[in-house]
Parts: sequence; structure tokens; C-alpha cells
Amino acid sequence: MKVALFIPCYVDQLWPQAGLATVELLERLGVEVEYPEEQTCCGQPMANAGFAREAEPLARRFLDVFEGFDAIVCPSGSCTSMVRNHYAPLVGVDPRYPSIAHHTYELCEFLVDVLHVERLAGRFPLRVGLHQSCHGLRELRLGSGSERMVPRSGKVEPLLASLAGLELVPLARPDECCGFGGTFAVAEEAVSCMMGRDRVADHARAGAEVVTATDVSCLMHLSGLARRDGSPLRFMHVAEIFAEATA
Amino acid sequence: MSAAPPTEVEQAGRAGHAERAAAFVANGPRAHWHDEALWWVRAKRDRAAGTIPEWEALRDLAARIRAHVRSNLADYLEQFERNAIARGAQVHWARDAAEHDAIVHRILSSHGVRLVAKSKSMLTEECGLNPYLEARGVEVVDTDLGERIVQLARQPPSHIVFPAIHFKKEEIGDLFHEKIGTPRGLSDPTALTEAARQHLRRKFMTADAGITGVNFAIAETGGVVVCTNEGNADLGASLPRLHVACMGIEKIVPRLEDLAVFLRLLARSATGQPITVFTSHFHGPIDGGELHVVIVDNGRSRLLADPSHRSALSCIRCGACMNTCPVYRRSGGHSYSAVTPGPIGILLTAARSPSANPSLPLASSLCGSCDDVCPVKIDLHSQILELRQRLARAGVAPLGKRLAMQLASRVLRSRALYEAAGRMLRAMLRSAPRGLVENRWNAWSRQRALPPAPAESFRDAYRRRLDGRGARRVDGRGPRG
Repeated sequence: MKVALFIPCYVDQLWPQAGLATVELLERLGVEVEYPEEQTCCGQPMANAGFAREAEPLARRFLDVFEGFDAIVCPSGSCTSMVRNHYAPLVGVDPRYPSIAHHTYELCEFLVDVLHVERLAGRFPLRVGLHQSCHGLRELRLGSGSERMVPRSGKVEPLLASLAGLELVPLARPDECCGFGGTFAVAEEAVSCMMGRDRVADHARAGAEVVTATDVSCLMHLSGLARRDGSPLRFMHVAEIFAEATA
Repeated sequence: MSAAPPTEVEQAGRAGHAERAAAFVANGPRAHWHDEALWWVRAKRDRAAGTIPEWEALRDLAARIRAHVRSNLADYLEQFERNAIARGAQVHWARDAAEHDAIVHRILSSHGVRLVAKSKSMLTEECGLNPYLEARGVEVVDTDLGERIVQLARQPPSHIVFPAIHFKKEEIGDLFHEKIGTPRGLSDPTALTEAARQHLRRKFMTADAGITGVNFAIAETGGVVVCTNEGNADLGASLPRLHVACMGIEKIVPRLEDLAVFLRLLARSATGQPITVFTSHFHGPIDGGELHVVIVDNGRSRLLADPSHRSALSCIRCGACMNTCPVYRRSGGHSYSAVTPGPIGILLTAARSPSANPSLPLASSLCGSCDDVCPVKIDLHSQILELRQRLARAGVAPLGKRLAMQLASRVLRSRALYEAAGRMLRAMLRSAPRGLVENRWNAWSRQRALPPAPAESFRDAYRRRLDGRGARRVDGRGPRG
């Protein structure tokens, strides 16, 4: 299986440890990964702000870069959803797209649905709050979500809970948005920051020592607020927890 | 004094949603109280929906009935008209708000009406009926408690189900003291409600006509259905001899049995009740009275012709998307400066006037929670995203933002430019004095610390790792052999 790593631009530049943890974890699970160095950005920041014309060339470029792999794995639900759910109008009729859309996976999704990993052998003796990043939860359906009246399920929690010593803390609002939202974070600064502070407070009240998420974008926003407010919480991408626990 | 904080209302019309929302958030305790009050409703909705094993199937069915009605709307409307007339009702058609208001006024003035008891209707709010009638000497009393509160305070509703959700009970006490003469300092909800009840009862007894909205109109039977918790629509439509029911063209359900699907969803989604306290069916006028049904388009057929947004016509006005919206809960209904706030309000406002309120499509983090609570499965967050694209195409965004997006797109099309820009960014974050980076002009870092910038990007570290192992590097495109 030829597996490509799709590392979002902001992870590449600002939170590289999440990308490196992804590599370590996948290699430890026996997956040989490649990182196509031509990749830059999937175009989501432009597309979400409404600038489809500016996103188009980046979407087409993504197909050029990631053509021919059996799987494309990304440590971000949001960027995965961009490719899977939002590229169609940008790339038009491109014979490569259906297969790429189908084979682009968020990391936990890849572990559970493709590698059929149910448990990770490792130890992480801390209390962890899971922040459910919205696009992973509601656009990729990594979990059932509190809104829908379907049997409770999730791809991320069981992997975390399988680590020895790790305790998932229960949140008052299990899947409310953190308020990052791309350009929303800046365009609606006041509401965005209030949303973020409310999330941080929920994790703190629940007794979390570490806040984790499938998306670094949420974590940058939340950790930025927490750090400014002097909170002792640590923020780690799920891949960082998996890699540290299984090292 | 005017009880509720007038700041958001006063600021409506100036600036955009972000500025009005910032004013709401600035009062931290109040914003948190508003957020908690509506989250409580959301949690109640979850519990009520959870009691129905087939909840998700019911949502599917409702969405499909709505889509079916849209595809056959003209036929169903005519069927409804025939059956309503056969029941003795009089049916009027209004192209827009102006026609609607004129028709209602003509009906009222032909009966010499001076006082109208009106139950809750977002349509009459949309058409500006109250000020239209008041300017022509007709007194309109809103009889829904929440609507009466905002009417006395001379404010628009801030929520479609809880029009006065932004008021605290102490503020309602002050307002009632000033407007209806309750004792000063009254804040007990039961006492306030009883005072409003007595005040409204006098109005009901002397009203010359009742105006109601319509939740559903049944094509098969020619009847209209109104759902309330206070019974105010029933009093308003039964005590006076004249009942005017105003409905948008989208309110049709084909058969009585289809109504059940929506009734099971409506109150559970809206307030977490199994059903509203009153579900009143009006089939023809009361003995010796008149029933007039005014059917209004006001832009709805234009929306029907728009494939990206026509499903917004499925809305049954439950307000669940507002209660779950993390932005609505923290910015208040008035921050939208629109007849209908929240996620569905963003769609309906844009449908009515595409460029009038260009900040609204940005008033969403696109979290998608609204899609999943919507009882008729409107893809709200995708449609809000689509609205952003329309605005960008229309060139409404500020020049600075347009140029930034164009520049970013240009840089990201080239690996070399992207890597250079990334190095520059990290170097600047690492070495520039903090005040230069984190200052009051940087909307990211006014409240948020920037992440500590790493010396090495992922790609640098990855390359070093491979080189260290003597492994082959993957340059260029596509997988290696």
C-alpha cells in the first residue's frame, strides 16, 4: 500500500510535532509512508472565506501532487473534509478526483477503518479532555455527535481510552465548537475568543491535564487563549499522544 | 426606563454582525447567562428527541415531504385554496409585503376594526404589519407573552420562539411597572405572567379582530393549524368575529396525516416539549364570523427557483438552529439585525436581499451543529458557505481581504514561494520583539498568544530524518516507484 502523508500547511510551519508524531505512529504500525514535498496547502482558508476562485488552483494542484497513492493520510479532520467534501465544485470533472476523495483519510479514520486498529499498546497516565473538532465530527462523522439520535460511537475515543493510564474526562458540553473557524477567528474575534475560553474552562472544570483534538487549528486557538490566561493545561494533537504513549 | 439593554438594538444598522456581537460579548456575565439559557433549551431538546427511537427517520421523512411539496407547490396551494373556500374561508394572495399589509388593512377597515389581538407570526414581522396598521389608526396588541414584552419595550424579537429571551426577569418587572402598572420591583415569573395575563385578557375581550400566523396549512382539508403554548391564538381567533390568518406559501402540508410528522418534530425541536400546549385547527370561520387566509410570496418563489438555497423553504421555524448555534448564543438575536436571526436567519436574510447584510454569512464558525439539530435537515452550514462564495464573487469583501486571498493563493501555488514564506514567518515570530507581532492591530493575538514558532518546519525535520537514515527522498510529484 502506497501511503502519502498530507500535512496541512499550518502543521508544517507552526506545529510540526503533530506531523512527526503521525510519521512515527504510522511507521510503528508498519505502514511505510511517503511525504510528497511538492504539497503546500489544500486551499481551505480561501474556500471557507468564500474565495473559491483563489482555492481552485490549489485544489487542482492537490490532485497533481497526490495522484497515484493508495491512501492519503492527514492529521486533520478539517483539511481531510476539504478534500473529500468540498473539492468537487473546485476541480470540476477530473477523472482522478473520485478516487482521491475516497482515499483521503483523517489519521484516526485511517487507523480504524483501513488498518482496523482497535487498541494501541502504550501508556499515557494523564487525564485527557477530547475536543471534538467540528469538521471531523460532523463532516467526516468521526463520532455520532450529541445532536443526532443514533447509537453513541466514535473513532477517536476508543483509541485514546485503549492507552494504559489514560483517563478521558467527561465534558459538560461534549462537542461544542471551539470558535476557531478559519477566518472566523479574526473576523469575529470577540465571539471566537469567548467560545474558546468557554471550551478551555469546560476542560479545566472536568479535571483535564491535557486537551487533545484531531485538529491543530483548534488547538492553536485554544492553547493561545489558555496560555494568555495563564492556564496550566497542555495541548497535544492526538497523534502526539499516540506517539508519546507508544514510544 | 427601558428595561433591556438597548445597546445592540441601537447599534443595529451601523457596522456589521462582528461589531454588534462584540458589544454583546463585552458584557461577559450577561453573554454567559444568554448562552446558558439557550444551551439549557438545546439540552432539553436532546432529551425530548432522544425519547423517539425513530427520530432520525422522522427527520428524513419531514425533509422529503417538504421537498415533495416544493416540487408541487402550485398544485397544493390551489388545492388548499379550493378546500379552504369550500369550508367558508376567504383566500387572498399577496405578491409581497406591501400587498400583504394592504390586504390585511382592507379587511380590517371594512369591518371598522380599531383593536387587533395578534398572536405570534414571523411573517407579519417580516412584512412590517404592526407599524403599517398603527400608522393607519389600528392598535395591534401582540398577545404572545414574549412578543408583548418586546412590543412594550419597542424592540424587535431576538428569537423566533422566545422573542424576549434577551430580557432578565427583573428587567421585565421594571418594564411592566412602567407600562402596565405592576408594583415596582416585581420579578417573580409567576406573578409577572399573571399580571400580563390580566392585562392581555382585557385586550382579548375588547378586540375587534384576531390576527394569527399559520404553522401549517393542510391542502387536503383546507384548514390552517396554529401551535402555541399560551392559547393566545385561540382566544384571538375565537372571541372576535373576524380572524385573519397570514401564511407564507411554503406552509403547505399535503394531508392531515403528514401534519403528524411535523407536529412530532416541531415542539421537541423548539422547546423540548412533546407537543405545544395548544395545536389549533381552523377549518372555516366560527359561526357568524369570517376567516380570511392571506397567502404571501414576498420573495419565496424566487428562493424556490434557487437550487442552492431552496431547501431553506423547508424551515418550520422551530428555532433549534439558534439554540444550538454557539455564535447566536453568544451574540444575541439583535446582533443579526434581521427579522430572523441565527443560522436560518442568515439564509433567509440573504434570500430576501443578497447584499443588504453582507456580514451575516461570516457570523458562523461553520461548525455544522445546526444541520444536525434541524428537524427538516436543511444543510445550513453548507449554504452559509455558499453565501460567502456568492459575496466574494460579487466583490463585496474589503479590498485588503481580496488582495490577501489573491496573494496567499499565488504563494501557495509554488513550493519554493511557500517554503520561503514559511521560513520568513517563523523567523519573524521567533526574533521580532513581541510588541511588534502581538499588538492591538493583530486580531489573532489581542487575546491569544501565538504558538511558539518552531525553528524547523515539518518538512525540514522530515528531510533531516530521511537523510539521517540514508533513505531515498521523495522529491517532486506522485509516489515513488
